[in-house]
Amino acid sequence: MQNRPDPAPAETTSERAWTPAFLAWLIAAISVLGALFFSEVMKLAPCELCWWQRIFMFPLVLILPLGLFPFDPRVVRYALPLALMGWAFALFHWLLVLGVIPESIRPCVRGVPCSEVTFEWLGFINIPLLSVLAFSAIIALLALTHIKASK
Amino acid sequence: MKQKTLFILSGLVLLLAFVAGTLYYTSQKQTESAQAVAGKQDNLNRAYSPTEGPESAKVVIVDFFDPACGTCRDFYPFVKQLMAAHPGQVRVVLRHAPFHDGSVEVVKIMEAARMQGKYFETLAALFASQDNWVQDHRVQPERVWAALAGIGLDLDRVRQDMNSPEITAHIAQDMEDAKALKVTMTPEFFVNGRPMPSFGYEQLQALVEQAVAENYR
Repeated sequence: MQNRPDPAPAETTSERAWTPAFLAWLIAAISVLGALFFSEVMKLAPCELCWWQRIFMFPLVLILPLGLFPFDPRVVRYALPLALMGWAFALFHWLLVLGVIPESIRPCVRGVPCSEVTFEWLGFINIPLLSVLAFSAIIALLALTHIKASK
Repeated sequence: MKQKTLFILSGLVLLLAFVAGTLYYTSQKQTESAQAVAGKQDNLNRAYSPTEGPESAKVVIVDFFDPACGTCRDFYPFVKQLMAAHPGQVRVVLRHAPFHDGSVEVVKIMEAARMQGKYFETLAALFASQDNWVQDHRVQPERVWAALAGIGLDLDRVRQDMNSPEITAHIAQDMEDAKALKVTMTPEFFVNGRPMPSFGYEQLQALVEQAVAENYR
């Protein structure tokens, strides 16, 4: 505290890095509530791939705030692996729905087939695409957090 | 400080949006299902369906069920309780909604057993042994037959009768009616044409008691 010439830049760095981490949490929270709305309110049974994506999305809602208060840039280290795994499952699911990946290797048999498209807005926006976008945004924001914090 | 406020506010806004969305969706769904039934009283009641309770009863519970569905099995004694609680006033119409894999075959067997006057015995035996012949939400046909051994059915005749065109037509009609009434999950109950506002024992009981109060003062 004493004799520091200028503490302001350090604070702004941490503050700048905080915002993308917070936005990542916001996206994770919206995704989780959206997923819960589909399954618990609209009673649409999640297919198996959806469950895998949930496994990686749900913990982000709890882990990210732990790194926000007090701000700990290392939260990226703990959150990023989850986001990457979720992203991989989301991408696989989306390609399956698009038909890029053939039906024969689809891994889900129980209950709801994963290749079934439950919702489609504007002809191309479906739930797996939203998942890919959410995980991509979270990854990008976590990367941004890391870059801004290490400056 | 500012960051914490921002975090808490966003959390609250998200939760509020979720609650508001839930309330909006459920109220929307309720009016929808009430409307779905409104113009379709014909789809509710078919003369061929098995019924339990006196013909003169003014309260009619239409029960769309799947013999392979666990919740249907659990609800069945409760429906009987409701009938016992209002003796002579409640009748149940059983409609088949075989949504599980292989369930259509089981309904065929039940209908064939009905030709021998043993529908309700068969239903009771099937529900009692459901855990044996439904595995992982799939019907195991060989095990269904084992479950029917002790109730005095002529199983050879059941095998002959179960593929009769009449039975096939009844099942197709039940499925068509289920679709028209937007029955997507089993069991689904309609009490004097009214669907449950949401799923549960209390909701069904309330509907029955309301209908009894309206028809028997």
